Amino acid sequence: MTALTRHRLFWPAAVLVVLLVSNVFFAPRFFSITVHDGHLYGSLIDVLRSSTPLVLVALGMTVVIATGGIDLSVGSVMAIAGAVACLMIGDLPNQDSVGGVLLAVAAAIGLAVVLGLWNGVLVSVIGIQPIIATLILMVAGRGIAQLLTSGQIINVSSPPFRVIGAGYFLGLPVSVLIVAVVVAIAALLTRRSALGVLVEAVGASPTASRLAGIRARGLTIMAYVFTAVCAAVAGLIFSSNVASADSNAAGNLIELDAILAVVIGGTALTGGRFSLAGSVLGAVLISALDITTYTIGIPAETTLLFKAVVVVVLCLSQSAAFRAVVLRRRTAGASA
Amino acid sequence: MTERTVLEMTGIRKTFPGVVALDGVDFRMFPGEVHALMGENGAGKSTLIKVLTGVYGIDGGEVRLAGEPVHFAGPLQAQQAGVSTVYQEVNLCTNLSVAENIFIGREPRRLGRVRWGEMRRRAAALLAGLDLDLDVAAPLSSYSLAIQQMVAIARAVDISAKVLILDEPTSSLDASEVERLFEVIRRLKSDGVAILFVSHFLDQVYEIADRMTVLRNGRLIGEYRTAELPQMQLVTKMIGKELTVLDRLDDEARTATAPGEPVIAAHGLGRKGAVQPFDLTIRAGEIVGLAGLLGSGRTEVARLLYGADRADSGHLEVGGEPVTLRAPRTAMRHGIAFSSENRRTEGVIGDLSVRENIVLALQAARGWSRPIPRRRQDELVAKYVKALDIRPADPETPVRNLSGGNQQKVLLARWLITEPKLLIVDEPTRGIDVGAKAEIQKLLVELAGGGMAVLFVSAELEEVLRLSNKIEVLRDRRLVEEIENTAGVDADRIMQTIASGATA
Amino acid sequence: MIDVSAPPTTAGTVPAARRRRWADRRHVPVLVTLALLVGMYGTGVANYDNFSDTQVLLNVFVDNAFLLVVAAGMTFVILTGGIDLSVGAVVALTTVVAATLLDAGWPAAVVLPLVLLMGTVLGLGMGAVIHYFKVEPFIATLAGMFLARGLSLLINRNSIPITDPFWTAMAQKRIRFAPGIFISTSVVIALVVVLVAAYVLAYTRFGRTVYAIGGNADSALLMGLPVGRTRIAVYTVSGFCSSLGGVLLSFYMLSGYSLHAQGMELDAIAAVVIGGVLLTGGSGYLFGTVLGVLLLGLIQTIITFQGTLSSWWTKIVIGVLLFGFIVLQRLVTRRAR
Repeated sequence: MTALTRHRLFWPAAVLVVLLVSNVFFAPRFFSITVHDGHLYGSLIDVLRSSTPLVLVALGMTVVIATGGIDLSVGSVMAIAGAVACLMIGDLPNQDSVGGVLLAVAAAIGLAVVLGLWNGVLVSVIGIQPIIATLILMVAGRGIAQLLTSGQIINVSSPPFRVIGAGYFLGLPVSVLIVAVVVAIAALLTRRSALGVLVEAVGASPTASRLAGIRARGLTIMAYVFTAVCAAVAGLIFSSNVASADSNAAGNLIELDAILAVVIGGTALTGGRFSLAGSVLGAVLISALDITTYTIGIPAETTLLFKAVVVVVLCLSQSAAFRAVVLRRRTAGASA
Repeated sequence: MTERTVLEMTGIRKTFPGVVALDGVDFRMFPGEVHALMGENGAGKSTLIKVLTGVYGIDGGEVRLAGEPVHFAGPLQAQQAGVSTVYQEVNLCTNLSVAENIFIGREPRRLGRVRWGEMRRRAAALLAGLDLDLDVAAPLSSYSLAIQQMVAIARAVDISAKVLILDEPTSSLDASEVERLFEVIRRLKSDGVAILFVSHFLDQVYEIADRMTVLRNGRLIGEYRTAELPQMQLVTKMIGKELTVLDRLDDEARTATAPGEPVIAAHGLGRKGAVQPFDLTIRAGEIVGLAGLLGSGRTEVARLLYGADRADSGHLEVGGEPVTLRAPRTAMRHGIAFSSENRRTEGVIGDLSVRENIVLALQAARGWSRPIPRRRQDELVAKYVKALDIRPADPETPVRNLSGGNQQKVLLARWLITEPKLLIVDEPTRGIDVGAKAEIQKLLVELAGGGMAVLFVSAELEEVLRLSNKIEVLRDRRLVEEIENTAGVDADRIMQTIASGATA
Repeated sequence: MIDVSAPPTTAGTVPAARRRRWADRRHVPVLVTLALLVGMYGTGVANYDNFSDTQVLLNVFVDNAFLLVVAAGMTFVILTGGIDLSVGAVVALTTVVAATLLDAGWPAAVVLPLVLLMGTVLGLGMGAVIHYFKVEPFIATLAGMFLARGLSLLINRNSIPITDPFWTAMAQKRIRFAPGIFISTSVVIALVVVLVAAYVLAYTRFGRTVYAIGGNADSALLMGLPVGRTRIAVYTVSGFCSSLGGVLLSFYMLSGYSLHAQGMELDAIAAVVIGGVLLTGGSGYLFGTVLGVLLLGLIQTIITFQGTLSSWWTKIVIGVLLFGFIVLQRLVTRRAR
């Protein structure tokens, strides 16, 4: 039992289960999944679907945090990716053209690679603290996205583009499948190759890593590029789902949720050891939280409050110092 | 005992989850005496000091200061009660000025307002008392580590200390600075301060300490007057067994096999501000020792040969081929390995396991896309954990939890599995216990015997003399002399060169 | 005497000339900000009619008084190497609580100290969580941000007008130097806060401890400094400054609204960074923060004067400025080493 509760993912997993179960009291059919037109429907599917952008961003964020960095610019990158794709699709003579949509998607992702390179170079070549280096793109990037769309919401009506965020394949939402593929690739890359341990080494001790012959610069840049690409895909899913590009709303404050997801997942903000599974769990947990407030009937405006409570509970349960205080009380009580 | 103790600790017990760090330890200090706390790493010295300064609470026993039972909740309280500490790593804030570092927390004030002028004046006067002339308004970061250490001591001295704890104060000082420190210690002694002195340098302990307490595995072995305990007996008490390895090494090293082909040759290699251009050849099967005072350029030479810093003059030949070392990676590709003097910050990675630390350099050389198969990793790691007697032997333990000596062994293992032609080791035995030290020395001799070229850097002259075939003497960032380590060469001979600069 | 003079890098003493330069070097970022401020003002004067009016400059203060106060609090936090993401939300919460209570007929003399106390207690709480439970400041203040924003939404999701006589008096009160040249009381309050904060940082034990913690928290602890107390205190100060900033904003807006001060934490952080304070802590001056706030304000003013530029240009320009200053800081600290 203690071994189980000590596992770093025990508390987040427990909270997730409690959250999901608590929905049943308010929506008895919460766990039921039905099939319509060969598509799976149900609240659980909704939780997964709505969590997709956050899972992606949290995934990238995990790798960046593992290198000892942080990326505040993910929300802006999401907005830029959505804006670029929708602008290009809007300019297509025929929005049904799959080729045109693919080109737009490729352009958005290509731009994200450039933005990731920018962050990565600032951090690893120029040597700027990650939190500030990415603050630049966070602030300016949002401005650039608004500049691209002239501050307007760009609507598109392109069926192929809709598939990304709202389509189904083999009964499952395409967005969930995309995320599953990205997670699988990331897991394979980090754990089957030596990427994971090298990134952890760089994050835990940059100097020691350099002397051990690790090319930290390349790894760090890769991490930021990966994060930007994840954010761009998240931005495409978001914008495809609403069939428009909204430079203000897309990815607003998502960096905070993503960092939160990473921390909930047991990766320390100081870098080093990381857990992709933990971050995915954290991201799903945060999305489940939003859905739960909705089904329980808590007014939407209190979601934030609810989130604050969960953050506090989770952080405290993971804080060794807090556990020490609680345990000391308990043993003192027992001996008394 | 007619003397009154200023500090008395009795039956101290301190446990950490799963470990008993201190068990029934008694310790006492007398005014006007230097008391050395002796023991191998893990003996409980640091824990005892942290208990004394209130960093840790105790699970049993009693601490009395001037006869009164005390319980310190933290360093601040301890300091207020007259127990000040200067730690091994200089614990000051380098972003603040020298004066502030001395006075912060007890600045001269008027109505709550810090009196900067007064503070600077007093700081300058205090430092002048220690024969130091510094710009007290300059940030501490503009001074060398040795000076920072002296500032730390000035701070501790100025806090009217009944008990002054010096934890490894000399590890970053050169000989003349150590002498200065000892003068300060003697002066404080005559003022009636009780000084707790911790050092791995036995000679220094015998020079300065009046009394010593020996700990082993968290238990008290005994308290002795320095004059009544010969060095050999002390070492025996510290490690609990007769130590003969050190003596045997003597002959092995000096009669080493004839050196082979040059592995590396530096011609006029240098770097501005680090070390002046030097020539140096290291042959296969040879141990070359670098001797010199702190800051003489020992580490700088080692770093240039590894490409950790880039040379701005001269050229380098590895195995007869000219090469330019742009980064450590290039050096690694040419079969050069380097273990840094800063084991914790530049060596092992505390978060990672023993296994991951050991395979790290080999993995880095292969690149991320070609992982070492797990089975191969386990084999390699098992082999070296056994060969170097790394403890605990569980390869999945985070290296953070290992003692200094074992961390050093992990670091050596990391390089040995890359099968280097040249192994550069910078201060591999610093701050580790006597037993592990002997094992590492022995290992280096064996490696050289097996044909590896070794560049050995150490502040301990005796150690350099014992291991090296050839000694390169550095002085003021210049390689001044190369001495074949023949039977006639002794510490005095080297000291002479270091002191005089001799021939070049 | 220890020989500390000869070799260049082990050198203990630095020649007097080099020392001077070093001392100046710490001021470089502040001087650059100042130069930029002057340059930008000059550009404004050269390009736009009426830009040279004294009131244009004073309006920068009037429009940014609340940001000045919030950024002053943020400076304390950042100097310790921490960060406070909750400031914008606490500002909003303060406006909402103040407006709600005033609307319910509570007297201003009760509401004012109450909301200030609320912000202070919030800051205290976050500081305590950070210190006692070793939760990352980023996460703890993020939770604080959710909490404050959530509370204000819970209280009222709509904008609440403030009609209290004291509030409206404060909003309308102008301190006039000459006809058409005035500042608001908020500016006076902000300047007092800035002066007090600068004094505290430079001349009190608390202020110096803040710098020491930013330099090396472990060392500060071993030197016997009250690290925990100070760390909690900086978040408390920031909480107080945020709620005072909220009060000033409610003077300025005469309303309480849960969506007030969206993203203000970013503005405050940007101002602090542009003002030359190192985000790792331990180095920087409150004066720099003031310059940073003024620079941000001036950018807004120029964009307003230009008329054809859209609001997003503000973000892009701030981004570019951040970039410039960060690279500059990087160069300065690198050469200092």
